[in-house]
Amino acid sequence: MPPLVELAGITKRFPGCLANDNVSLTIAPRQIHALLGENGAGKSTLVKIISGVLHQDAGQIIWCGTEVTIRDPAHARSLGIGMVFQHFSLFEALTVAENIALGLGTARERVGLRDRIIAVSLSYGLPVDPDRVVHDLSVGERQRIEIVRCLLRNPKLLIMDEPTSVLTPQEAKTLFATLRRLASEGCSILYISHKLDEVRALCDVATIMRQGRVVAHCVPREKTTRELASLMIGRDFLPPASRQASVTGAPRLVVDHLSLAATNPFGTALREVSFSVAGGEILGIAGIAGNGQGELMDALSGEILAPAADTIQLDAIPVGKTGPHGRRRLGGCFVPEERNGHGAVAGMSLAENFFLSGQLRGVLARFGLIRRARTTDFADRVISRFDVRTSGTMAEAKSLSGGNLQKFLVGREMLLDPAVLVVSQPTWGVDASAARAIHQAILALAATGAAIVVISQDLDEIILLADRIAVIAAGRLSDPVPVAEATREQIGLLMGGVASHA
Amino acid sequence: MTALLVSVIASATPLLLAALGALLVEKVAVLNLGVEGMMLVGAIAGFAVAHETGNLPLALAAAIGAGMVMALLFAVLTLTLRANQTATGLALTIFGRGFSALVGAGYVGIAAPTLPRIAIPGLSDLPFVGPILFGHDPLVYVALAMVGAVAWFLYRTHAGLILRAIGDQHDAAHVLGYKVIRIRYLTVLFGGAMAGLAGAYMSLSYTPLWTQDMIAGRGWVALALVTFAAWRPFWLMIGAWLFGGIMYLSLYMQALGVPVPTALLSALPYLGTILVLVLISRDRRRIRLHRPAMLGRPFSAGG
Ligand SMILES: Nc1ncnc2c1ncn2[C@@H]1O[C@H](COP(=O)(O)OP(=O)(O)OP(=O)(O)O)[C@@H](O)[C@H]1O
Ligand SMILES: [Mg+2]
Repeated sequence: MPPLVELAGITKRFPGCLANDNVSLTIAPRQIHALLGENGAGKSTLVKIISGVLHQDAGQIIWCGTEVTIRDPAHARSLGIGMVFQHFSLFEALTVAENIALGLGTARERVGLRDRIIAVSLSYGLPVDPDRVVHDLSVGERQRIEIVRCLLRNPKLLIMDEPTSVLTPQEAKTLFATLRRLASEGCSILYISHKLDEVRALCDVATIMRQGRVVAHCVPREKTTRELASLMIGRDFLPPASRQASVTGAPRLVVDHLSLAATNPFGTALREVSFSVAGGEILGIAGIAGNGQGELMDALSGEILAPAADTIQLDAIPVGKTGPHGRRRLGGCFVPEERNGHGAVAGMSLAENFFLSGQLRGVLARFGLIRRARTTDFADRVISRFDVRTSGTMAEAKSLSGGNLQKFLVGREMLLDPAVLVVSQPTWGVDASAARAIHQAILALAATGAAIVVISQDLDEIILLADRIAVIAAGRLSDPVPVAEATREQIGLLMGGVASHA
Repeated sequence: MTALLVSVIASATPLLLAALGALLVEKVAVLNLGVEGMMLVGAIAGFAVAHETGNLPLALAAAIGAGMVMALLFAVLTLTLRANQTATGLALTIFGRGFSALVGAGYVGIAAPTLPRIAIPGLSDLPFVGPILFGHDPLVYVALAMVGAVAWFLYRTHAGLILRAIGDQHDAAHVLGYKVIRIRYLTVLFGGAMAGLAGAYMSLSYTPLWTQDMIAGRGWVALALVTFAAWRPFWLMIGAWLFGGIMYLSLYMQALGVPVPTALLSALPYLGTILVLVLISRDRRRIRLHRPAMLGRPFSAGG
């Protein structure tokens, strides 16, 4: 069978870096093709070229046997190329149905759209509610919308840029079933992921990139995860971070019967959430996206104030009615789930982004002026300690690859010496070696006596990091139990909403 | 009472026309502060053509065309050359002022034909409702029809959806294949046309004379209305009527000789309208849902 698409010698240069250097790869019909590489290897750049968002400086794209110049995304979609982006390309102020309608070209395609959305979402196991406003949805739900939007156009090639970074194991499983079914129905899939186990289970072949170049083609089933990781980073891969014995001090973060009405009609209300985290301890909060994680994060960070001051205490000081600034001043650091928008200002430089969150803790301002040298110095330390691949502290946040931005933002908070750190999805989109660095930094931070809350859908991550684990489901938090005593089955049941309140 | 309502509708019309244009422009996230300037140029273009030819439809077309030329200037500078929108909009207003004063120098104090009132025999003579509902000039009805048309377009048509999407997240719209710059151009031109028409209403109907600076800040009020109505057409209409109402009241008080400084009385419509709209539009979530998130931000493809 002739290949569906063939890339030959694709080269793309950005100011200060060669993102794609003579990249060639071939995707056969019905193939599930993995694209692997560490953060900043150039994977997103390559798929953006295929989908018409960027233009290559040199090289050809051969689609179904003929050379094409992909003018723009609309052209790519008319060829049959669908893409789910690493950073969501949804319209926050519009409803799900409107978002999907925008992805369909002609009026004919939009006939009976609501019914078709529901039909597709049911048949592929991707539940979406057409009438909700995207602004109020969790990342997992947003991703489903993007996938449904692609599927409605019956693509020949579906590109997925790190689709499972934010999905629960169950959600990922459903997605794989969907993808396999699509492939059997004749759609090829180009699949980018840092989760090598998934790649081994799902993909037929893999292309591995390093620093913009293709370094290997292989069949992932024939390799171990370790071998794949070593191919990506070009040296031996170190085993995962390991925990030190933890020393537990006095409670530093106490949440006492926190109930919070949903701030919008579609949000999740928090119901009687109680927990406390001691110095040196890591509490893991597991749960399926959209069960109140966002609301809990907002309540802890002070974006939304609690009904009474003493429902939340930082080092025994009631802060329930204190805003984000006040809580930062007391030593709280917060890394929310959605990086672009909440976590980073895309158009500002890394140093400026550092200043925005670090000004209070890092004493970066004096007399209302920015202490430039100090800010740059801090930003530099994040970049070197967490191996952020960038042209320097003056690079705009949006010029970083997804994983590198993530490393910068998590690193930023950790370097501020927090007393209490609350972090959501700390290794979202981060490659294996960087994930290891972040995990190690979290463990090291705990060892210095900070209280840490890790909110994550990645159960392995929580089991690796946390001392105790609790599960959030429908706005309720289960009683935290020591990780050593929890079984996966038990946690899985809790995630599904089976109550465990003593 | 009848006189009040008739006057309210009349003074609301230019605001409504200009603000509806500005609303769509802001919905695609372009901030054009040149409304005042576009209205002035529209006013003088309409007046001059009406005076020279006596042909009113031609005069209205001239006003629309003049507004669009001004808008095109703005679009080229901000959308193609990516100049700062705020600065360019201010410059457009300053330019429109000077240019209209220059062209209008020869037209001060002379008369031109005015827009006819549509009198419907029988209906216009009905007591009370007659003069309020009937017997206005055509632009009054155009303005009211446009409120419905703009609302319908924005929230019921696919083109309106695209427009809102671009205002919400232009990068995502680009990625989906929409021509962000082209759609912004068209919308800005529409805004110019509406501002030009609003200007013509001022010089051919409201105060059918040309005087320098005759728009008197209405362009700015129109822009403020858009914001305080939280980008919703029907609230825009209510805001415009409110403005007209307070305007009438302050003139009335001046005529009665109420012992309040005239300057304060003339400022009253501006202050009052904004105050009321601020009070009724305090719902933060509503504003967040309706406010175009990309407002004023430049867009470039392939970044
Ligand atoms: N708009 C841009 N301007 C400048 N440099 C850019 C831009 N976009 C990407 N880069 C650079 O190109 C390189 C490749 O980025 P890319 O996003 O393709 O990486 P990636 O392989 O997708 O990484 P990740 O796994 O972290 O998502 C990075 O070094 C990045 O900093
Ligand atoms: Mg990427």
